[in-house]
Amino acid sequence: MRGKALGLWAAAIGALALAFGLPLFVETFFLVELTVYVVMAILALSLALVWGSAGILNFGQSAFFGLGGYAYTIAVMNMGDSTVPILIGIAVPAVFAVVTGYFLFYGRVSDIYLGTITLCVSLIFFNLINSSGAEYRIGIAPLGGNNGIPGVPPLNVPGNPERPLDFDEMYMLSMVVLVLVYLGLHWLLATRFGRVAVAIRENELRAELLGYDARLVKLAMFTIGAGIAGLSGVLFAAWGSFIGPTMFSIFFTAQIIIWIMVGGLGTLAGAVAGAVLIQWLTTWLGETKIADTNIVLGAIFVVFVLLVPRGIQPTIARWLAR
Amino acid sequence: MTGIKRRTFLTGSLAGAALGATAGAFPRFTWAQSGDKIRIGTILDLSGPFQPFGTQKKRCLDLAVEEINQKGGLLGRQLELVSYDAQSNNQLYAQYATQLGLRDKVSVVQAALQSSSREVIRPILRRSNTLYFYNTPYEGGVCDRNTFSTGTTPGQLLANMLPFMINRFGKKIYVLAADYNFGQLSEKWTRKLAKDHGGEVIASEFFPLDVAQFGPSISKIQGAKPDFIVNTFVGPAHAAFYGQWTAAGMKKQIPIASQTFGEGGEIQRMPPEVSDGIFVCYSYMDEIDTPANQAFIQKFKAKYGADYGYLGDLSMSEYMGIYLWAEGVKKAGKLDRNDVIKALESNISLDMPGGKVTIDPATHHCIFDMYLAVAGTDRKFKILQKFPQERPTNPGNECDLVKNPNTNTQFEAKI
Amino acid sequence: MDFAAIVVIQVLYAIASLALISLGLAIIFGMMRVINFAHGEFLMLGGYAVLLPVEAGVNLWLAMLVIAPVTVGLFGIVVERIIIRPLYGRIVETVLATWGLSLLMIGLASEIIGYYQAGAAPPLGTVQIGFYREGAYTFFVIGITAVIFVAVYLFLRRTRFGLIALGTMQNADMAAALGVNVNRVYAATFGLGAALSGLAGAIMAPIAGVVPIIGITYIAKAFITVIGGGTVFLAGTAAASVLFGTITQVVTFLSTSFGEVALLVVAVVLLHLLPEGITGRFLRRGL
Repeated sequence: MRGKALGLWAAAIGALALAFGLPLFVETFFLVELTVYVVMAILALSLALVWGSAGILNFGQSAFFGLGGYAYTIAVMNMGDSTVPILIGIAVPAVFAVVTGYFLFYGRVSDIYLGTITLCVSLIFFNLINSSGAEYRIGIAPLGGNNGIPGVPPLNVPGNPERPLDFDEMYMLSMVVLVLVYLGLHWLLATRFGRVAVAIRENELRAELLGYDARLVKLAMFTIGAGIAGLSGVLFAAWGSFIGPTMFSIFFTAQIIIWIMVGGLGTLAGAVAGAVLIQWLTTWLGETKIADTNIVLGAIFVVFVLLVPRGIQPTIARWLAR
Repeated sequence: MTGIKRRTFLTGSLAGAALGATAGAFPRFTWAQSGDKIRIGTILDLSGPFQPFGTQKKRCLDLAVEEINQKGGLLGRQLELVSYDAQSNNQLYAQYATQLGLRDKVSVVQAALQSSSREVIRPILRRSNTLYFYNTPYEGGVCDRNTFSTGTTPGQLLANMLPFMINRFGKKIYVLAADYNFGQLSEKWTRKLAKDHGGEVIASEFFPLDVAQFGPSISKIQGAKPDFIVNTFVGPAHAAFYGQWTAAGMKKQIPIASQTFGEGGEIQRMPPEVSDGIFVCYSYMDEIDTPANQAFIQKFKAKYGADYGYLGDLSMSEYMGIYLWAEGVKKAGKLDRNDVIKALESNISLDMPGGKVTIDPATHHCIFDMYLAVAGTDRKFKILQKFPQERPTNPGNECDLVKNPNTNTQFEAKI
Repeated sequence: MDFAAIVVIQVLYAIASLALISLGLAIIFGMMRVINFAHGEFLMLGGYAVLLPVEAGVNLWLAMLVIAPVTVGLFGIVVERIIIRPLYGRIVETVLATWGLSLLMIGLASEIIGYYQAGAAPPLGTVQIGFYREGAYTFFVIGITAVIFVAVYLFLRRTRFGLIALGTMQNADMAAALGVNVNRVYAATFGLGAALSGLAGAIMAPIAGVVPIIGITYIAKAFITVIGGGTVFLAGTAAASVLFGTITQVVTFLSTSFGEVALLVVAVVLLHLLPEGITGRFLRRGL
C-alpha cells in the first residue's frame, strides 16, 4: 500500500503546487479556462465513483449537476451570501438521488434499464425547464426557460457577500476541491464500505449472499456521487455566471460518459485526465478550426477506441508495468 | 518497486501530470497587440446543430471585413477577424468570450445565435468592457449600454405582418409556437397585436423543439377553422410541419404566416408544392430587387458560389453589425468603447443592401425597412410590400439607455 | 365521430412511426447486444439515400424501398467489420466507438451534403375522413410498418438464415461448433439492422425532412422504446411502441407541450414496474 499512498501524495502535492503556483506565472484568462476543466473533472469523478467503482450505469449524472447549479443559483439570488447556497447546491441533488435511488435500487432495476431511467429523468428536467416561461420564478430568481439564468452571483468569502472571489481565487478553490474530492474518493474506496461497493459491482449476488445489503450500499454511493456532481454544478454556475437547461441535455450527459471512457472506466485519475483532455481538445478545435469539429472528434474517438480500448490510464499503466 | 506499486504510483502521478501537461500544452501564442490591425472578435456556431446559421453568418462577417479592408480599412488600419467556433455549446461561449475580453483584446465582439448564448456572454463582455453586437432576430428586450443589436424583434415583424394577414384573410388566428422563450414571447406579441388590429387568437399551441409530428394539431386546426395560422417554428424538427400540412391537403384551405420560415434555408430544402404560399416578413431578403442589393448578391455569389444557400436577415444582420460599428468608430474618430458608444447613440444611419438602417439611441436596436413576402413556386420569395423604417418594440419606453445608461437587463415585455 | 376516427388514426401513426424508427436498433441490440449510438445517423443516411436519387430523377418508391435499405445495409456491413467486430462484448467501448461514428457521420453530412439539400414532398395525396382530411401517406406508413414487422418475424423464424442468426445470438460457441461462420452471421445481422434503419429513415424522409442532424431527434426515442421493450426484441419493441405511441399522442391531443415529456415519464414508470422491460414479464416466449 505504500506505493499507492506515495503516488497519491505526489499527485496531491503536484496539484496543489499547480493550484497556488500557476496564478503567479500565467494570465487570468488562462486560469478561467483551466477552472472549468477542473470543475468538469470533479463532475467526471462523481460519475467515476458511481459507475466505475460502484457499477451503477447512470446515464443521467447530468441531472445532478444541473440540479446543483440551479439550486445554488436560485438560493444565492434569493439569499445574497453564497455560503448556504453552496450547501443547498449539494443537498438538493443528494436528496433527489436518495428518492430516485430508493425506487431504483430497492426496485431491483439494474444496468441498462437503470441507465435508461436515469437518462429519461435528465431529459424530463431538460424539457420542463426549457418550456418554463417568464412567469416561473422561485423567489426573485426567474427560471429563465431556454435562456437559462444569466447573472449568477459568484462565490463570495463566507459571511461577506461584498467580497466575491476573483478569477484567480476561483481557480485555486476549484483545484483544492478537486484535490480533496480525489483524495476523498480514494480514501472512501479504501474503506470497508468502498470495498463492499466494488464487490457488489463485481458480483452483486455473491455480495448479498455474504450478507451485505447491496441496495443500501448502492443507494449510498449513488447519493455521494450526486452530491459531488451537485458541487461541481455549483462551481460551474459560479464560474460562468450562468446555468441553463442544456446542462440536462442528452449531449451533455453523453459527454460525461465519454470523458470516463476515454480516461479509463474504473479509475479515478483516468476520469480527471479524460475530462481535461476532451475539454481542452474541444476548446482547441473551436479556436483553430482546422476542420469541422464533429468530423475531427468523431474520427478521434473511433480511432482511439480501436487503438486504446481500455482508456488512457489503464493503457499507460499497463504499458509502464511491463 | 513491484509492478503493482509502480502502477499505483503512476496512477497517482497521472492526475497531477495530466493537469500540468495540459497547462503546458496550451497554445502559447504571444498575442502581441498586432500593432496596426484592428481586431474584431466573433463567436458563432460553426458546427453542431446550428451550423448552417453560423457558417452563413460568418460568411457575411468575412465579406464585410474584406470590403472594408479593400476600401482602405478603418481609421487607416486593416481589420482582422478573430473567430471561434462555439459548436452550439454555451460553455464554450463563456470560455471564448472570456478569452476575447481578457486575452485577445478585441475592439468589438459580434457573436451568438441563440438567446441563451447571448445571455451567457453579455455579462462577460460587459465586465471586460468589450463592446458587443448581437446580430440575430430574437424575442427582444435586451437593454444594456454595452450591447447593440441588429436583430429584429417580434413586435417589429408582427406589427406589419398581422394587419396584412387580417385584412386579407380574416380575423381568427391560430398560433403554433416553439415552446421556449422566443416562441412564447412571440405568441404574446401576436395576441396583443392581433387585438390592436381587430383580430383574435382563437387558440395557441406550443411545441418542444424536438417535436416532429403534428398530426393532432393539424386535425384540431381543421376543426377550429381559423382564417390563418401564425407559426413560430424553430429547427429542423418543426420544419416537418409543412410537409404534413400539405399532405393533409390544408395548404389551399388555410394560409400560414411564419416568423421564421426561410431563415434556415427551408425554401430551398422544401419542395415548392410544400412551401409555396407561406407569408413572411423580414428586414432583409435575398430577393430584394434594388440595385444596391443586386450588387451585394453578385459580390456574395462571386465569393461563395452561386449555390450559397440563403441569407435572410438572420445572416445579413452580421453584415450590418460590422458596418454599423465601423460607422460608429469613424464618427468617433477612435476605438475607445465609450466614444464609440456615444457615436452609435447619435442617430447613425447607413444604407445597407436591405435599405436604410438606423440605430435607435434609446434601445440600441435597429430601425429597418421590413419586407413582406410570400414563398413562390420557384424556391424563392416574392416580395409584396415594403414597410419603411419600422421601429423596435419598447413597451412603455421601459428601455432608455440615453436617460438611464446603467440599465443592464433583458426586459420581459409585459403584454 | 369523425374526430374519434382521426384520433385512432393518429395514434396508430404514432405507434407505427415509433416502431419503425426503433426496429433497426432493436435488431442490433436484441441480437448482438450492441448499442449502436449511430442509429440516428443510419436513419439520416437512409433519408439522403432517397433524396439524392430522387433529385437525380429516380422514382421515389424505388429509392425508398430498394436503394435506401440496400445502401445503408452495405454501409452497415462495412461499419460492422471495421468498428464493431474488434470490440465485441465490450459494451463501453462499443458505445464510445458508435458515438464517434455518429459525430463523424454528422460532420461529413454537414460538409458534403449541407443543409440546403432539396427534399421530397409526401406522395399519395389526401384522404377525406368525414369532416377531416388526412394525408394518405399516414396510412402508408402504418401499413408498411406492419408489413415490415411481419416480414422480419417470418424471416427470422421461418428462413434458414433467420434461424441460424437466432441460434448464433443465443449461443455463439455452440453455433460455431456446429459449423456456422459466426463472423459472417454477425456481419449480416448488423447489415440487416442497418438496412432496416435506412428503410425507416427513407420512409420518414418525405414527411419529416432530412438534415444532417435529424438523427438527434430520433435516437433518444428509439433507444427508450427498445430498452422499454425488453430482451425479446421484436415483440418488445412492438409492445413498447404501442404503449408509448398511444400515450404520447393522446397527451399531445390534450396539450402539445407535454407529449414528449409524457413519453419520458411513462418510460420511467414502466421501467420501475417492469425492471426488465415489457418482455421481461410479458410475451417472454415471443420473438
